[in-house]
Amino acid sequence: MNEEKAFLEVNNLSVEYVTKEETVYAVNDVSFRLEKGKVLGLVGETGAGKTTIARTILRVLQEPPAKLRSGSVIMEGKNLLELSEDEMCLVRGKQITMIFQDPMTSLNPVMSIGKQIAEVIGLHSKIPSNEVRSRAEEMLEIVGIPAERYDEYPHQFSGGMKQRVVIAIALACQPELLLADEPTTALDVTIQAQVLELMQKLNKENNTTTILITHDLGVVAEMCDEVAIVYAGEIVESGTLEDIFEKPSHPYTIGLFGAMPKLNEDVEWLSPIEGLPPDPTSLLEGCSFYPRCPRAGETCKENKINLVKVSPSHMCRCCLPVGEEEQ
Amino acid sequence: MSQLVEIQNLKKYFKTARGMVHAVDDVTFGIEKGKTMGIVGESGCGKSTLGRILVHLEESTSGQIIFNNEDVTELNRRDMKQFREHAQIIFQDPYSSLDPRYTVEASIKEPLLNSGKYSQDEALEKTRELMDLVGIAPRLRLSYPHELDGGRRQRVGIARSLALNPEFVVCDEPVSALDVSIQAQILNLLKKLQQEQNLTYLFITHDLSVVKHISDHICVMYLGQLVETCPSHELFAKQYHPYTKALLSAIPSTDIHHKMDRIILKGEINSPINPKPGCRFATRCNYVCERCYEPQTLEEISPNHFVSCSRVRELETM
Repeated sequence: MNEEKAFLEVNNLSVEYVTKEETVYAVNDVSFRLEKGKVLGLVGETGAGKTTIARTILRVLQEPPAKLRSGSVIMEGKNLLELSEDEMCLVRGKQITMIFQDPMTSLNPVMSIGKQIAEVIGLHSKIPSNEVRSRAEEMLEIVGIPAERYDEYPHQFSGGMKQRVVIAIALACQPELLLADEPTTALDVTIQAQVLELMQKLNKENNTTTILITHDLGVVAEMCDEVAIVYAGEIVESGTLEDIFEKPSHPYTIGLFGAMPKLNEDVEWLSPIEGLPPDPTSLLEGCSFYPRCPRAGETCKENKINLVKVSPSHMCRCCLPVGEEEQ
Repeated sequence: MSQLVEIQNLKKYFKTARGMVHAVDDVTFGIEKGKTMGIVGESGCGKSTLGRILVHLEESTSGQIIFNNEDVTELNRRDMKQFREHAQIIFQDPYSSLDPRYTVEASIKEPLLNSGKYSQDEALEKTRELMDLVGIAPRLRLSYPHELDGGRRQRVGIARSLALNPEFVVCDEPVSALDVSIQAQILNLLKKLQQEQNLTYLFITHDLSVVKHISDHICVMYLGQLVETCPSHELFAKQYHPYTKALLSAIPSTDIHHKMDRIILKGEINSPINPKPGCRFATRCNYVCERCYEPQTLEEISPNHFVSCSRVRELETM
């Protein structure tokens, strides 16, 4: 990755949720860069802060309780976090769109699905209003729904179909950046395969830069060029797909792979990561993973660990990373 | 080896305003003592209904359930109570299957006291043993479900279902709501308990890698019907039914160099209301023909490997 080519740059992003009783440190100093047309997988468990990162980029965090502590999101030289709400409205839905996890709740139940697609097109595309409907129908066909169903309502569709409608809305204006938050988690595996194939095809055709949020390493392997592993609001390891899947070096990443039952090998016992993720209301002094880490030593407890380069494309936040000879 | 549970031609139909839902339709299989039968299928295929019928939370419409050589579909009240001690269930969602007003200790103690076999003191003693067995620290005994994380809540659910030393446990998606690192802890626990107590499991899940890991034998269901059943290791080596093939090929693989040839199915699962006779998968199948609309039978294609597809032999030669 070189300096000029970065399409999206997220720098030192920190987000907290502040309530009267406590402060949840959801995202802590997250930075990453993404080139045009690439697919980045953000991987992590429940509560790791993946969705908060995506919502911050799109600026749809609910403030309060959310509070942006620091950071910048630079897309094509423009800091999105400094735009006025009016300016942001022009970006949202046009340049950046998001697919939410649950297609059951992200559609408007009292508006026909065709109108929901047309709404985005009408707002952001400069096409004559009498052509909006035909463009929306075209979008439906692209995602594999017959255009005749334009006037039907969300409850008349199955889960997989609804997620296709959500994808049609997200891609209607050919966004430059697509944030897909667990787009297939609510779907059955054969329907997931259909939706992933569709997303792959559309991404390639439009050269859409994508951030794919998921906890499923199988989906990452299918879809992504680059991977960032998120733990307790921090990126603990990042690199290309090959870096992470072939030479994982953070103990958490290795733990994730070990905990997963695999189809291509037989083991009597899985190797779970012992313990639980840390309490997000009180940050640990040192490494956030040390209480669960099999390799942890005294130094891990005391100092904040910085991301260090394992190879030019591969970063790891660990002072005792697992080297190649051990794997 | 002897079969602990045997079900024969089990059917469960639900009456709705729009017609009969054929949730479980003519399912037959047996589970050996101490083994795990995995049931896989997509949402709406009837796998949870099947599990609930087996522990008699739901009455079957017809068919037999033989448990320890005894038909349990027609037990009287007293025998039913006895049966329930032997057959237990672990639910999918530990968030909603525990009483929010019961502490961990009270939750686990409840089935012990209900059985009438334990005094208060004995029940308390046994509760402590159970907590130790499933790995809940004694300090958590007075915690409420909302104070626990998902993994610990599921441990409480497991302790409750094991309280009366059952022989047979239905695990209905016990790890689907959990993160992968916690999921591995619970899967290991279930396996350890099975070995220690010679438990027999019916393990229901939609996750094929989980089912492969835990099961000895697997049934694949589609819209209420059993489409293929065989030993676990065999299913992943060789599948016959077109649906099983598509299902297995749809799993995203973590192997970044060997991409599977994916079979993308057309369309979606159709309605289980008043289904037409014949194979229910026919509308989405790439190999559909006239014969698929006639009733199908489960056929032994190789030793211990049963498939319900009239074209299976023909497809193998293609």
